[in-house]
Amino acid sequence: MKVLYFAWLKEKTGIGEEDISLPQGITNVEGLMEFLKNRGGGFEKAFSDISMVRVAVNMEHVKILTPLKDSDEVAFFPPVTGG
Amino acid sequence: MIRIQTDDFDVGQELKKISSVDNSIGAVCSFVGLVRDFSGPRDNEGEDDKISSMTLEHYPGMTEKQLAKIEEDARSRWELSDVLIIHRIGRLEPKDQIVLVMTASMHRDAAFDAARFIMDFLKTEAPFWKKEETGSGSKWVEAKSSDAGNSKGWEK
Repeated sequence: MKVLYFAWLKEKTGIGEEDISLPQGITNVEGLMEFLKNRGGGFEKAFSDISMVRVAVNMEHVKILTPLKDSDEVAFFPPVTGG
Repeated sequence: MIRIQTDDFDVGQELKKISSVDNSIGAVCSFVGLVRDFSGPRDNEGEDDKISSMTLEHYPGMTEKQLAKIEEDARSRWELSDVLIIHRIGRLEPKDQIVLVMTASMHRDAAFDAARFIMDFLKTEAPFWKKEETGSGSKWVEAKSSDAGNSKGWEK
């Protein structure tokens, strides 16, 4: 699956996007966030307060209990501030 | 129509274009968002807090998808002859234009209401992020809770 990071999540993780396989036992967005946080370092910082993180799956805004499959594109970002 | 671009836009030129779509158009409403030189409550700010520039980042693909959905929602609520949404990305300075929403309809109510509707949802749904540069450093702009309230206000 493709995972993307924007704004300060990109700065903290140090990457804009990566390709990973959906880790075994991970079924939803919340699980993936926990998995990424457990990588430590910048990832731990980026996901330290998940109430600050918004998620899109396949370019649609979703809640953290949304199920995931390996073909999904998942993006993590702060609340949007356009306009 | 949706355009994401680094270049500036010419409101007069866009107005001319949208007005010529068809002869039944009786009203065009345009909203232009500009870069301000301050962010917080204006009274407490010193020179160092003044915004010298900002950089707009977005999520290519999702931005277009979300804006297309907002345009479609507006068209289903009001009878609109045409809709134009332009949003700029990249580095901008105070006074620069950031966003243009232009709605054309037979009568003014639809044009006014649809423009406001589109801006309210653009603020909460379109994946753009602003980073401001001031004399004391740079910071990501935080979302305002009032923006979420504005788009919720449209729920039927």
